Amino acid sequence: MSTRTLVSSSALARPRGKAVYWSLFTATVLLFVLAFLFPVYWMATGAMKSADEVARTPPTLVPERWSLSGYTDAWELMQLPAHLWNTVVQAAGAWLFQLVFCTAAAYALSKLRPAFGNVILGGILATLMVPAQALVVPKYLTVADLGLLNDPVAIWLPAVANAFNLYLLKRFFDQLPRDVLEAAEIDGAGKLRTLWSIVLPMSRPVLGVVSIFALVAVWQDFLWPLMVFSDTDEQPISVALVQLSQNIQLTVLIAAMVIASIPMVAMFLVFQRHIIAGIGAGSTKG
Amino acid sequence: MTKTARRTSVAKVAVRPMQAPPPAGDRRRRRLADQARAYGFLVGGLVCFALFSWWPAIRAVVIAFQKYTPGSAPEWVGTANFTRVFADPEFAAAWRNTLTFTLLALLIGFAVPFVLALVLNELRHAKAFFRVVVYLPVMIPPVVSALLWKWFYDPGAGLANEALRFAGLPTSNWTNGADTALLSLVIVATWANMGGTVLIYLAALQSIPGELYEAAELDGANLLQRIRHVTVPQTRFVILMLMLLQIIATMQVFTEPFVITGGGPENATVTVLYLIYKYAFLYNDFGGASALSVMLLVLLGAFSALYLRLTRSGGDDA
Repeated sequence: MSTRTLVSSSALARPRGKAVYWSLFTATVLLFVLAFLFPVYWMATGAMKSADEVARTPPTLVPERWSLSGYTDAWELMQLPAHLWNTVVQAAGAWLFQLVFCTAAAYALSKLRPAFGNVILGGILATLMVPAQALVVPKYLTVADLGLLNDPVAIWLPAVANAFNLYLLKRFFDQLPRDVLEAAEIDGAGKLRTLWSIVLPMSRPVLGVVSIFALVAVWQDFLWPLMVFSDTDEQPISVALVQLSQNIQLTVLIAAMVIASIPMVAMFLVFQRHIIAGIGAGSTKG
Repeated sequence: MTKTARRTSVAKVAVRPMQAPPPAGDRRRRRLADQARAYGFLVGGLVCFALFSWWPAIRAVVIAFQKYTPGSAPEWVGTANFTRVFADPEFAAAWRNTLTFTLLALLIGFAVPFVLALVLNELRHAKAFFRVVVYLPVMIPPVVSALLWKWFYDPGAGLANEALRFAGLPTSNWTNGADTALLSLVIVATWANMGGTVLIYLAALQSIPGELYEAAELDGANLLQRIRHVTVPQTRFVILMLMLLQIIATMQVFTEPFVITGGGPENATVTVLYLIYKYAFLYNDFGGASALSVMLLVLLGAFSALYLRLTRSGGDDA
């Protein structure tokens, strides 16, 4: 980037500037490796140590014998496949419901001018002011009344009530050129057809952002699934980890923690450019 | 009637809908159909918002004044839930802890990311590396971060004390000491959430026009003066917004105390949301839990309203 920042490039070109720059650079790299990468390394290798080694002081930096038995034990003893599958089902359903219902509602509010549309939009935006966690108890009671406890639907439908994502979609739809949509209508396309073949293909970036937000939110959530899934067989990985952490061998628990982190970390590494750009852009545009 | 006359009338009929307005009944029917279609698109979202957002908000207030046990009919009890909750010694502890947590998180979780973003913005190499690495902990499930730090804080073979010993410093009780427990949790929360804040600051720093620094430097401003008079005023809006968002988020802290300390030692880490959870799921006292929720709701609602107001007016400026 050529824009100048706090320190000018010419100041950095001088010998003293160069020395300061490179020592600051090295210090920052070291700090980042130590603060953010080392804990992850410690977790991934801790799972490969033996039960004695992991409890030893001073600890060993590198496992004496690299053993995968922590991972295989976790996979079998903690029933990780079942819990991972529960999480996938919950996240995928929440994503799908959000995409269908939020997109449809945002499209209606943006382009179809429903009566009382502004009242509805106001009501939706007002929920942004109500912190989600403060409402978990009455929300739980509603889900219980509907007989949805221990059912993934208890994750799916409340996920749709996401004012942030809905508003993101609506604002994007607002910016779509009107004449393109009108042209489609003159060609005889119905509203649904317009949404499906004109609006959605033009909205790929925002759909991507909403999808990532939706998946991450479900995968990372803890309090809500803890309340809703009392049945161990239905629990997602986050709840199961905490419930099982009490009476399981440390190396096995650590291995399970690593496995639970892999999906989201992998997704992040694949889509890092989009995710990082999305966070920056979303904030400055308000 | 002649043939030609009939022909023209047919042509007129075919053209009419484009030119003359249809009769009033038709128009109303059309508009109704449009509305029905619009609401067809809206209905899924509306039902979900009604069931899981609007109704719970109303219900929280209603149940706060009721004795509510699932399965039996609710009874009106006036303000009994509030007085009972107020009398609970954990109530004061929970609010004190939550406010202290929020304040500490603000001090640490605020200064650190800002300084980091400042430094990162000056570095001309390995930009992608820094951004990915700082955001990595955000992608680790919060439960895993909490369990990971619980292990670090372990008084026996925990990494935290090993690091202190390695540096020749006295060891700490971390989450086992009543006076260090809360701070230990703040460190976890900051580590886990800092990435997002850093990235947002970085974006804000990059939008500062370079000429401002140029001009300041020509006026003889040194590094610190440039930070004070250019960087901070230019990012003031983002700073303020993130501060409010962070207050709202940290006041709802639950996972870290629940997983790491269980609210202990001696209630040193019980938070308001944790107490809500306890009332509902340990004491089966949904009235008390709702009374607490309403208090949290009012306080955080005020912060949220302020946030929305600021983003609105800020958006107009930009």
